[in-house]
Amino acid sequence: MSPSRPRTAFWRGFRAALPFSLMVVPFGTIFGVIAIEAGLDLLEAMSMTVLVIAGASQLTALQLMMDDAPLWVVVLSALAVNLRMAMYSAALAPHLGPAPFWTRACAAYLLFDQTYALSVVDYEDRPADSTAAKVAFYFGSATPILPLWLISSYAGAVLGTAIPEEFGLEFAVPIMFLAIIGPALRTPAHIAAAFAAIATALALSFLPWNLWLIAAGLVGMMVGAEVERRTELWKARQA
Amino acid sequence: MSYNGFELWLIIGLLGLGTFLVRFSFLGLIGDRDLPPWLLRHLRYTAVAILPAMVMPLVLAPDAATNAPDPVKIAAATATLAAGYITRNVLWAMLAGVVTLYGLGFLIG
Repeated sequence: MSPSRPRTAFWRGFRAALPFSLMVVPFGTIFGVIAIEAGLDLLEAMSMTVLVIAGASQLTALQLMMDDAPLWVVVLSALAVNLRMAMYSAALAPHLGPAPFWTRACAAYLLFDQTYALSVVDYEDRPADSTAAKVAFYFGSATPILPLWLISSYAGAVLGTAIPEEFGLEFAVPIMFLAIIGPALRTPAHIAAAFAAIATALALSFLPWNLWLIAAGLVGMMVGAEVERRTELWKARQA
Repeated sequence: MSYNGFELWLIIGLLGLGTFLVRFSFLGLIGDRDLPPWLLRHLRYTAVAILPAMVMPLVLAPDAATNAPDPVKIAAATATLAAGYITRNVLWAMLAGVVTLYGLGFLIG
């Protein structure tokens, strides 16, 4: 395939991201509604959504804040949900690494599940593309997502003040999490990680300060990694 | 929620800064240094470990009125998880969960 011009690459990224950008709308809206319900004001809710832009970890923080977990548990647990992004960052570094510092800083700010997944696939399809074209595709893919995220969070926060308590929204957060978990259970190792984490959480639920959650995260990670390692060893022996 | 204004802003600030640093980690260090494979292997499983661990106690939490787990919540959780696993699509999963939650809630009352 011939190298793309940056302008073409930008619009290719934009079009590729359109269907995925719809996915952020329910997350943004629920975040806004729950943030207000949890007791944040509009400025605090919007500051969080602008500074963090990571739905699952924002909802994690809110859930733990509603349980009055210690501050450091709130921050550590919500950050743990985002650790997968270090992996995305490592995967993009060979492609975006040659770009200027501020370009990379902006790219980091816009590193979502969607921009990562779309870009890595496009870069593999078009190895001849210049750094400029790769950067353009990346920002093109972020362009429909960012405004929808901000608008839907804002709409949720404004709506949130108008929704009566008896609407039963407190179960919306578990539903959102479960909706992410199902598609993420791609391999036996993912399933093992999830079950190990659940078992640890339930077994250690007596621990104070939500420490059971940190322990469950660590155990789940280790079990997932170990199952993956053994599966690969086993496959290598079969080959 | 019982955090004062300062604590609330501290949470927002630390979470924003921490998330940016995680995203910037390898993009910030120029070049294509590879992460050690064992670390990448662990990072792959952070989200599928933390999210289910957090969600399960919420699903099984006893209802204030009956002091027993709520069957409607358990059914809605199962429907969400199953739909997501089968369709691989977050939106279908959410829809299945919401329909089950409100449908059963309406039927049972």
